[in-house]
Amino acid sequence: MAAVYLDHNATTPLAEEVREAMLPFLRRGHGNPSTQHAMGREARAAIDAARETCARFFGCAPDEVVFTSGGTEGNNLALKGAAWQLPEERRHILIGAAEHPSVSKAVEFLARFGFTFDEVPTDASGKVLPAALAAALRPDTGLVSLMHAQNVVGTVNPVDELAEVLRGRPVLFHVDAAQSVGKIPASFLFSGADFMTVAAHKFYGPKGVGCLLVRRGRTLEPLFHGAGHERGQRAGTENTAGIVGLAAAIELAEATQAEAGERVVALRDLLHARLAQALPGVVLNGHPHDRLPNTLNLSFLGVSGAAIAARVPELMLATGPACHDRAAAVPGVFGAMGLDAARGSSSLRLTLGRSNTRAEIEQAAEQLIAAVRALRAEAGELPAEASRPSELPTCPRAGCERPLDFRDGLQGPELGCERGACPYLCLAPPPGVQV
Amino acid sequence: MTLKKPVYLDNNATTPMDPRVLEAMTPYFLEKFGNAASRNHAYGWVAEKAVDLAREQVAKLIGASAKEIVFTSGATESDNIALKGAIEMYKTKGKHLITLETEHKAVIDTCKYLERIGAAEVTYLKPQPDGLVDLAELEATIRDDTVMVAIMAANNEIGVIQPLAEIGALCHAKKVLFFTDAAQAVGKIPMDVEAMNIDVLAISGHKVYGPKGIGALYVRRRKPRVRLAPLVHGGGHERGMRSGTLDVPSIVGLGKACEVAGEELEAESARLTKLRDRLWNGLKAELDFIYLNGHETKRLPNNLNVSFAHVEGEGLMMAMKDLAVSSGSACTSASLEPSYVLKALGVGDELAHTSIRYGLGRFTTEEEVDFAIAQSVQAVKRLREMSPLYEMAKEGIDLSTIQWSVH
Repeated sequence: MAAVYLDHNATTPLAEEVREAMLPFLRRGHGNPSTQHAMGREARAAIDAARETCARFFGCAPDEVVFTSGGTEGNNLALKGAAWQLPEERRHILIGAAEHPSVSKAVEFLARFGFTFDEVPTDASGKVLPAALAAALRPDTGLVSLMHAQNVVGTVNPVDELAEVLRGRPVLFHVDAAQSVGKIPASFLFSGADFMTVAAHKFYGPKGVGCLLVRRGRTLEPLFHGAGHERGQRAGTENTAGIVGLAAAIELAEATQAEAGERVVALRDLLHARLAQALPGVVLNGHPHDRLPNTLNLSFLGVSGAAIAARVPELMLATGPACHDRAAAVPGVFGAMGLDAARGSSSLRLTLGRSNTRAEIEQAAEQLIAAVRALRAEAGELPAEASRPSELPTCPRAGCERPLDFRDGLQGPELGCERGACPYLCLAPPPGVQV
Repeated sequence: MTLKKPVYLDNNATTPMDPRVLEAMTPYFLEKFGNAASRNHAYGWVAEKAVDLAREQVAKLIGASAKEIVFTSGATESDNIALKGAIEMYKTKGKHLITLETEHKAVIDTCKYLERIGAAEVTYLKPQPDGLVDLAELEATIRDDTVMVAIMAANNEIGVIQPLAEIGALCHAKKVLFFTDAAQAVGKIPMDVEAMNIDVLAISGHKVYGPKGIGALYVRRRKPRVRLAPLVHGGGHERGMRSGTLDVPSIVGLGKACEVAGEELEAESARLTKLRDRLWNGLKAELDFIYLNGHETKRLPNNLNVSFAHVEGEGLMMAMKDLAVSSGSACTSASLEPSYVLKALGVGDELAHTSIRYGLGRFTTEEEVDFAIAQSVQAVKRLREMSPLYEMAKEGIDLSTIQWSVH
C-alpha cells in the first residue's frame, strides 16, 4: 500500500513553484538585505516585492506586513506586543475557547503580569458566535483574539460579524488566520481586524516563515529587540529565501485556491460518505458547512483514534494537533464544543490537500473501514451509539445542504444530492471500484 | 579567469549557503516534508529524526550535548531569549546585567528594553581601545545581584575575539551566568562550552554558510542547570523553551553547516588568516595613514576593519563599487551615524566614517583578495588626490590644530 498524506493541517509539502522561487536565494551569492552593496540591494528588492504580494493578497498596505518566523511567533507578537501597550484600565483579554496554544499560552503568560483573561465559549461545532462574544465583553476588555479557522475540526468563525460586535469599542482585535489562509478567502481589508497571523507552511510555503499583518496606526512592542528590522517591530536578519517562498505560496493560492478548494471538498465529502455509508457510529466533529474545505474530523465511536492510526501506518493522519504536549490525549477543542472525552479520544483528523487523488481517498476509506471493523470486533462490547447508523455528509452547495449519497450517473455511481450530482462532485469511481 | 563582480567580501554580514548545505536540505522541502511534532505517522518521525541529527551536529561543534540545543529563528531571537529569559527566570537573584558597549544591537537593544520596563539594571562596559574587555574591570563590576554577563565571542564589525575562557572562569567562580553571542565566532574559531565555562550561547545559521531564518541557543543542562523563561509561548516545542513548528529543512541545513565548519575549521582558519594578512599587508604597502580597528591578532581569521584617513566616506564606498563590503555593521549601515562599535573604541567620527569592513569567506580566493587590494588602493589614492587635507597631513601639519574659518 502506498503512503497517503492526510495531515495537511499539520504541515504541507513545499509546492514546486515555491521551491523554484526560493532556490536562487538559497544558492550562493546573496547578500544581507541590510547591506548597501549590490548583493544586499538585490535581496532587499526581493523582500520588497514579496511584501507587495502579501499586501495585495490580503488587501492592505505593504507597510502593514511584518515578516515573522511563523504562526506561533505571529500570535505571540500580536498578543504580547499589543497587550504591553494597553492602558491599565483595559487589561482584560478575551480569547476563543478553542484557540491554538500559541494564543492560549501567550495570554496565560500575560496573566502573570497583571492581565486578566476569559475564554469566549464556542457552540457545539466549535464556532464562536457574535452573541457569545458580545456577552463576554467587559468594560475593561482591551484585546480580543479569535481564530479564523479551527485547526482540529476546521470550523470557520464569522470574523466579519465578530468584528462588527467590536466596532466602535476601544478593543484591539487579533485574528489567527494560520489555518485559513490559502484554503478559504482571508482578507485583512474586510476582516475588521487590527492584527492577523499568517503561517506559510500551512499552504505549501516554507516552514519557518510567516507574516503578521498590523493595521496602520497600531504599534507593537517587539518580541525580538535588535537592529530595528521590519520598521522596528521585529528584529533579526530577514530570511530572504523564506520570505520569497511565502510570497510565492501566496501567488499560488491566489491563482488556484478556488479551484483547488472545490476539488478538495469533493474528495473530502467522498471520504466522509464512504466511511459513513460503510460504518455505523461515525460522527462528524465541527461544523457541517462552515468548515475548511480540506478538513474532516470524525469520531469512530467505541474505538480509539490512536488505535485506528496505529492500524493504518500507510495513512498519515492525526489524532489531534501536531504539538509537543504529549499529555493531552484529547484535543482541547472537544471540551470547548461540550463533547465528552470518549468522543474526543475516538476521533481522527483527516486533512486533505492539493496532491490527494481519488485513488488515494478510496484507499484511505477502504483501510479505515477495515481497521475500524477489526477493532470493533476485537473490542467485543461496544457502546450503543457505535451501532447507530451514521449520517451522510450534506451537499456543500450554498443553500442546498441536502444529504449526499451515491447515485447512478452517466459514467457510473456519482456522489450527489437529490437535486442531482453536484456539478463539482462528479467523481465517478475508477472502473472496478465497487460502490 | 575573470572575476565575478562585485567581489563578495561581506561574510561578516552574511555568508552564501554552502552547496553541501543546500544538498542536505533539499529532500526536506518536497519529499520528507512532515511536521516534526506529528506523533501519529512516519512523515513526522522522519522529520523528527532529521532534527535530532542536526541537534547532534550543532552540539558537537561547540562541545555541548544535543539536549542542550534549542532551535530558534536566528541569533537575534537567541539573544533575546538569553537575556529576557534569564532576567525573568532569575529575578529572585537580582536584576543586574553586565554587557559590553560593542555588543550586537540584538543584545544592546534588548538590554535597553529591559532597563526601560524596569526589569533590569545594566552595566555597559567600555572596551579597551583594541576592543577587548578589561577583565579586572569586569570582575569589579560583578555584584551579588548580577544575573548574567553577556559578552560576545567575536565582534561583528571589528572581529575582535574576547578572552572567553577567562571570562567564563571568572563568571563560574562568581556564580554568575555567562552568555556569549557567538554568531560570528562559531565555525570560525574553536568554541568549547565546557572549557570556556559558557552557560548560554547564541548561534546564527546564515553566518556559518547555512540558511537565513534559523539559529540556535545552547543552554547548559548541568553544572549549573540553566533555565530560561520562554519568549515565544505555544505548543511547547524545544522543551518548552521555544514553541513553533520546527523549520525542518533549515534545521537540517544548520546542522550540516555546523558539521562542515567543524571538519574544515582548522584548515580554513589557516587559509583565511593568510588571505587576510595578505590583504592587510597589501593595503599597508601602498597606502599611508590607514589604521586597523581592533586587536591585531586576537581577531577572527576572516575579518579586517580598516580606516582610511583623509578620504570622504561615501565617496569611498562608491569608488569601491566592485567590492561588496560594508562600512560599519550591516544592520546600521543604512544610517549615516558612525559605527557605535568604533566610537566605543575611541575612533573619531572622521575615521569611523571611512572605515571599511572586509569579511573574507570560504569562497574567497587569493585572486579576489588581490583585486580588493588593487581596487581599495586605487579608490583611496584617487580620493586623496582631491583632498587638501591629505596634502597637509603628508607635510606633517597636525590637522587638529587648524583653525577653520566660517564663511
